[in-house]
Amino acid sequence: MMTESRKSDLAAANRRLVWRLLLLTTAMFGFGFAMVPIYDVLCEVTGLNGKTGGRVVAAQPMQVDASRTVTVEFVANLNLGAPWEFAPSVARMQVHPGQFYQTHFRAKNLASQPMTGQAIPSVAPGLAASHFQKIECFCFNHQRFQAGEGKEMPVTFRIDPDLPSEVRTVTLSYTFFRIDDAGG
Amino acid sequence: MSISRIAQGSSALTSAALLLWSGGAHAEYALNMPRGVTTISHDVYDLHMQIFWICVIIGMVVFGVMFWSIYHHRKSRGAVPAQFHESTVIEVLWTLIPMLILIAMAVPATKTLIRMYDTRDADLTIKVTGYQWRWQYDYLDEGVKFFSTLATPQSQIRNATAKGEHYLLEVDNPLVVPVGKKIRILTTAADVIHSWWVPELGWKKDAVPGFINEAWTEIQKPGVYRGQCAELCGRDHGFMPIVVKAVPEAEFQQWLAQMKAQNATPTASDSNPRTMQSNTDSPTVVGGQTL
Amino acid sequence: MSAASHATDHDHDHDHGPAQGLSRWLLTTNHKDIGTLYLLFSLTMFFIGGSMALVIRAELFQPGLQIVDPYFFNQMTTLHALVMIFGAVMPAFVGLANWLIPMMIGAPDMALPRMNNWSFWIMPFAFTLLLSTLFMPGGGPAGGWTLYPPLVLQTGQAFPFVILAIHMMGVSSIMGAINIIATILNLRAPGMTLMKMPLFVWTWLITAFLLIAVMPVLAGAVTMLLTDKFFGTSFFNAAGGGDPVMFQHIFWFFGHPEVYIMILPAFGIISQIIPTFARKPLFGYASMVYATASIAFLSFLVWAHHMFTVGMPLRGELFFMYATMLIAVPTGVKVFNWISTMWHGAMTFETPMLFSIAFVVLFTIGGFSGLMLAIAPADFQYHDTYFVVAHFHYVLVPGAVFSIIAAAYYWLPKWTGHMYDEKLGQLHFWLSVIGVNVLFFPQHFLGLAGMPRRIPDYALQFAEFNMVSTIGAFLFGFSQLLFAYNVIQTIRGGAKATDQVWEGAHGLEWTLSSPPPYHTFTTAPEVK
Ligand code: HEM
Ligand SMILES: [Cu+2]
Ligand SMILES: [Cu+2]
Repeated sequence: MMTESRKSDLAAANRRLVWRLLLLTTAMFGFGFAMVPIYDVLCEVTGLNGKTGGRVVAAQPMQVDASRTVTVEFVANLNLGAPWEFAPSVARMQVHPGQFYQTHFRAKNLASQPMTGQAIPSVAPGLAASHFQKIECFCFNHQRFQAGEGKEMPVTFRIDPDLPSEVRTVTLSYTFFRIDDAGG
Repeated sequence: MSISRIAQGSSALTSAALLLWSGGAHAEYALNMPRGVTTISHDVYDLHMQIFWICVIIGMVVFGVMFWSIYHHRKSRGAVPAQFHESTVIEVLWTLIPMLILIAMAVPATKTLIRMYDTRDADLTIKVTGYQWRWQYDYLDEGVKFFSTLATPQSQIRNATAKGEHYLLEVDNPLVVPVGKKIRILTTAADVIHSWWVPELGWKKDAVPGFINEAWTEIQKPGVYRGQCAELCGRDHGFMPIVVKAVPEAEFQQWLAQMKAQNATPTASDSNPRTMQSNTDSPTVVGGQTL
Repeated sequence: MSAASHATDHDHDHDHGPAQGLSRWLLTTNHKDIGTLYLLFSLTMFFIGGSMALVIRAELFQPGLQIVDPYFFNQMTTLHALVMIFGAVMPAFVGLANWLIPMMIGAPDMALPRMNNWSFWIMPFAFTLLLSTLFMPGGGPAGGWTLYPPLVLQTGQAFPFVILAIHMMGVSSIMGAINIIATILNLRAPGMTLMKMPLFVWTWLITAFLLIAVMPVLAGAVTMLLTDKFFGTSFFNAAGGGDPVMFQHIFWFFGHPEVYIMILPAFGIISQIIPTFARKPLFGYASMVYATASIAFLSFLVWAHHMFTVGMPLRGELFFMYATMLIAVPTGVKVFNWISTMWHGAMTFETPMLFSIAFVVLFTIGGFSGLMLAIAPADFQYHDTYFVVAHFHYVLVPGAVFSIIAAAYYWLPKWTGHMYDEKLGQLHFWLSVIGVNVLFFPQHFLGLAGMPRRIPDYALQFAEFNMVSTIGAFLFGFSQLLFAYNVIQTIRGGAKATDQVWEGAHGLEWTLSSPPPYHTFTTAPEVK
């Protein structure tokens, strides 16, 4: 038989504990969402998922490493429901780290109505992603195509000389997603 | 549990097994991982066997001790329970020894992993794109690009006609590659996540929409190697096989030239791939048909 | 440990028996009633999930499509997993916790009885909702229990209902976990120090913290799926700058601890049963507690071993490989401790002990395949094949499920006051052990030989072992009817059980009468 005072002590202790545990629950729910920015930072630092960094705004000049040549491969992909033609104008380039280069991708809307697309870049190996800098890219914006319209779209990029020396080939891949309502 | 009941159970089991073996006039069954046809796949196989035998040995010791105890320390044999219930020495030992075994295991595993990640200096790059539910292969420098789709007829799947030897593991256009060359394979997908897997090559790699992954292989032996999509990708996930045909370099070049001739629009096209024909016969092609 | 009081005194003002009729069950706040509700619910779900498994195995009996459409097949694999994990295994452990924890620590009831009622009653609604999705346009969820986007976003109208059902299960589990922690931390009888608690209580305390840590993360992940689908966010949508692989990271941050949520209480049960039938105290009590805690801790650091093939950088693969290998060490310690407990005991082999011994052997086999899967380069071959299916079924069926069955046989005489039919129990055991091995052992071979998981049809070289596996599945599945029959018969009557029930049983619950009165330990016992 419990005394009344012990009972109310217990009720208070329970209440405190429940509040703490609820706080922990809420914190962990928040942590689930916090994993999103944490993941992005990790990706940026480690190239976890091969996402390139965003636009380099004021690109500082870099020491060009003429003694080193890196092969850059260009790859174009279409996500489903994007009735386009999409291809790099050249399949590969030999580049020196530190120097800017420009290349083009060609895209054409094969449908008979206008369409909007968004290109998403990805780099392999992931390790190279954070060393791939772009000052101009069609992937920075939505691209609108009239029916049947074709475009030459430029990319200006350079490879950071800090690129780990074991990397000799870098693949830059773009996937075009259709983003107007009818897109998947 | 009486002995007779065990005997009954096991005899039922044996007869079921016999029934199976006599009734199954199917393709050969396999028990173990294939050793594969690349140096990497051999390494992986060796790792697999090492860890397997380590487990078997530990298992025999641990279960041996246990069943010995179960036999000897039975109340029905008059066993009197001891009352000991701890020993720090023993606890430390059986924490440390497994640790050492694990470290011994981790060393070769790390080496193999590092080799698998070394995609440098490839002779050829092929992009593999997963679709619901077929694969597309794109020989990046050659402008050769085609879809590869299940070739098994619906009638076999629906049990209306007899199943062929390569039931569900045959495609209209196989991936043709040269032997003895380092081939870099880029994987991506156009809709949902797929995973490109040919067991004889020793690995699988996920194909993720919007992202590009890389892996490599160097096949040593000409032949036809079959695999399947390994990541659940919807209704027909079980029906998007992979067939890799590894041929000598000269034959590969010939095949490539032929593909280019057939394919007037080398780049940039998602246009109908089914107009392309399957490659020419070769000794490895079964019955000169689809692979 | 011994207790002074039999706590049968009826001096409390509201200390009467249960209310009559349906309202007893709807409104009950009694831990024993709620434990019973959970256990019966779990048994029901076990049979529903089991029927789905039999649909799967029937389709796989032979190559070719015979019985179901591939899309329905995918719904079956998805729902089978969700029902078994969230409907059968987890509620069974919560039911056991409800029945046993108060009786083991000398508490009068759970700390938060009213919340306890809600935790349970959410479950039938959650599962009615989940199962009803099968009848919605576009069918039930078919993207696998792992809910990977973008595939899961192709689910038909069922999608938001599936997410809602998962949220409900999550809320229920979290409330259950809070209740268990409050009970263990605040309601222990005087003298029942933490390091005197029975291991079942310890493992549940740690499990409850795992639940509170990861169920909200799952809730977050599925909420993001929902907003991606309906509110235009792009957490996992590459087109909007998201990443589908990120979902896998978040999911497995929940998912790996989740698999330990399903095994730690099992470790606790086995650690109660083996000493009883070996008539010898548990070997290495303290190291069992530490091993459990370190498994729980490590389980937060290994999640990406489920994603070795997604294309992580080398360093990431290595980290997760090493961490995963490390987790095998405390797991091994547990097994060694159980065997040392048997060593020089005086063993008898009643049904609970038989299931426990089978647990030790077969769970360990699952641990071995786990160790193999931890080797990342080898996992590139094993991943997403039947080898993985064999692995997790070994740890979950003759692991978690056997422990639940063992617990039921072990404590049923205490709960009901009747002995179960020992002969029938042993028959059930032998059929189950044979069935489960015929069912799952060949799946190792299938996976190694190259059969992917989650496919409704397969190439001909996989035919033999699939046939064997299906035969095992039906043997195992139908044997469980014996269990249900035995349990029901024991509830309805049978030989009278003594208070101690088992010669070697120790602990507070065995000092109570069989069956225990509706309210127990209203006066806390003194633990020495
Ligand atoms: C020795 C300890 C263990 C190790 C090292 C281990 C390791 C692994 C690994 C590496 C995988 C991923 C395999 C793959 O998908 O390629 C895996 C899968 C799995 N494991 Fe374990 N495991 C262990 C114990 C357990 C336990 C105790 C449980 C649950 C009771 C469990 C349940 C699962 C489940 C459910 C999956 C598959 C999830 C899915 O993909 O659907 N494992 N395990
Ligand atoms: Cu696929
Ligand atoms: Cu895991």
